[in-house]
Amino acid sequence: MKALRHRTMAGYSWAMLVFLYLPIAVLMLYSFNDSRINAVWSGFTWKWYVSLFDNRQVMEALWNSLSIALISSVLATVFGTAAALAMKHYSLRWRSVFNGLTYLPIVIPEIMMGLSLLVLFSQIHLELGKLTLIMAHVTFSLPYVIVIINTRLADMGKELEEAAQDLGATAWETLRHITLPLISPSIIAGFLMSFTLSLDDFVISFFVAGPNSTTLPLYIYGLVKRGVSPEVNALSTLLIVFTVLLVVAAELFRRKDSKSLTF
Amino acid sequence: MVAGRRGDAHLKNGKQLKILALPAFVWLGALFVLPMLMITALSFMKRGTYGQVVYEFTLNNYARMIDPLYIQIFFDTFLVAVLTTAISLVCAYPMAYYISRMDRSAQKIWLLLVMIPFWINFLVRSYAWVIILRSQGVINTFLLSTGLIQEPLPLLYNFGSVMVGMVYTLLPFMVLPIYVSLEQLDRRKLEAAYDLGATPWKTFWHVTLPLTKSGVITGSILVFVSSIGMFVVPDVMGGAKSALMGNVIQNQFLSARDWPFGSALSIVLMLLSMVLIYLYYRAVNAAEAKEGTA
Repeated sequence: MKALRHRTMAGYSWAMLVFLYLPIAVLMLYSFNDSRINAVWSGFTWKWYVSLFDNRQVMEALWNSLSIALISSVLATVFGTAAALAMKHYSLRWRSVFNGLTYLPIVIPEIMMGLSLLVLFSQIHLELGKLTLIMAHVTFSLPYVIVIINTRLADMGKELEEAAQDLGATAWETLRHITLPLISPSIIAGFLMSFTLSLDDFVISFFVAGPNSTTLPLYIYGLVKRGVSPEVNALSTLLIVFTVLLVVAAELFRRKDSKSLTF
Repeated sequence: MVAGRRGDAHLKNGKQLKILALPAFVWLGALFVLPMLMITALSFMKRGTYGQVVYEFTLNNYARMIDPLYIQIFFDTFLVAVLTTAISLVCAYPMAYYISRMDRSAQKIWLLLVMIPFWINFLVRSYAWVIILRSQGVINTFLLSTGLIQEPLPLLYNFGSVMVGMVYTLLPFMVLPIYVSLEQLDRRKLEAAYDLGATPWKTFWHVTLPLTKSGVITGSILVFVSSIGMFVVPDVMGGAKSALMGNVIQNQFLSARDWPFGSALSIVLMLLSMVLIYLYYRAVNAAEAKEGTA
């Protein structure tokens, strides 16, 4: 009886895993299908990938995505790490204000952040483009970095920092020589996560991008609205592969840094 | 005395470190709080003939929502969100339970497997379903070739396809919190229930489920709030008839150019989310208080 229940549960869980991965697998598989028009398999080909690399618009979108992701995630990581480190020196009341400022952007619907930034940029007459995209991407990544670093700092014992201060180190020296090296894997994890969030973002970018600042997800959206094509499959596959590599790397860094299994 | 002086020095140094928080919070103040205040103000303003904003106070944008057209959209959005939450819960709970019973290394792998799709772009994941469900898609092509059907089935651009897409994209939000609460579950309470002669079903219903309530609530709130603001899934997988609140808001900002009305709609969306999150805190606190006394 117990074994039967266990087997049912196992079967159910595997079915859920298949549900999560099958559509992605189908999409990736069809990016190698020779036929353009339908779902019949007519042979393996690399040609859709080759045609992507010949497409100037795709290369431009790729370049936009990568440069925006790099700049915004560096800024978000620096600001976020600094903020998390300073937090414990504030009074309880200020800390709860900061916590609110950190969690609110994570919990409100994405579409709200997108349109409110659009309103802001239009009110201050800032032309939509790469700059507004970078500003928006820093805004939604920053809270995630703060949360990751905060979690790590809360897990970490105070012993080493206290020992350093007992030996006469100033707060700055302790930060520089003790705390920062200890949390560096989490900082890298935060960076990788912001990079992924930026690379993958569609909703917020949709509102704040200009005509000359199309990113990869925005370009894919344009194609998807025109229908299914093997080029979209190939491009989506590339985005999926990038994302998975980044997420796995971020997760490895985070696990290296903490014994507990947290998200 | 010495300790006191050192303490002061520490405090002073700590004060210097405070400035490290400034860039982040000035940034969030300028690019998160300020824009939110701006759309709140905008929601009480008028729209000019050419789609520009007229700076005059009005409550008209809120009054307009009483129109049956918008009531219907609110209702549809709510219905989709409730169904998505319920279906995700049924899909996620057994899986989370199964994962929590594995050994440590298997757990890590399964959790990563659940997490990965969550990070993959919503748009790409919705598009994957278009490939499968459209009339020349994988399922229809297969069924036509076997001769089971003569005409392609209308699998895409309807209510059902929107539901599939919603559950598919939001499922990981439900699995992870439930897993966390199952993982923290005190096994001795289950053993006690068994020792007292409870059947597995009774144990689950009266012990396991109540003790993992906080995970269920967290997951439900995450799924519900994400689905009421969703616009990608209905946009890609739903037809013209399946517009939800997110699509209407997007339309007010980009095509209809009625920013004040779009702002008012999004304020309502946000208030709804906030109320839910508030109720969530109360419910979780109550659940924890109850567990503390038990």
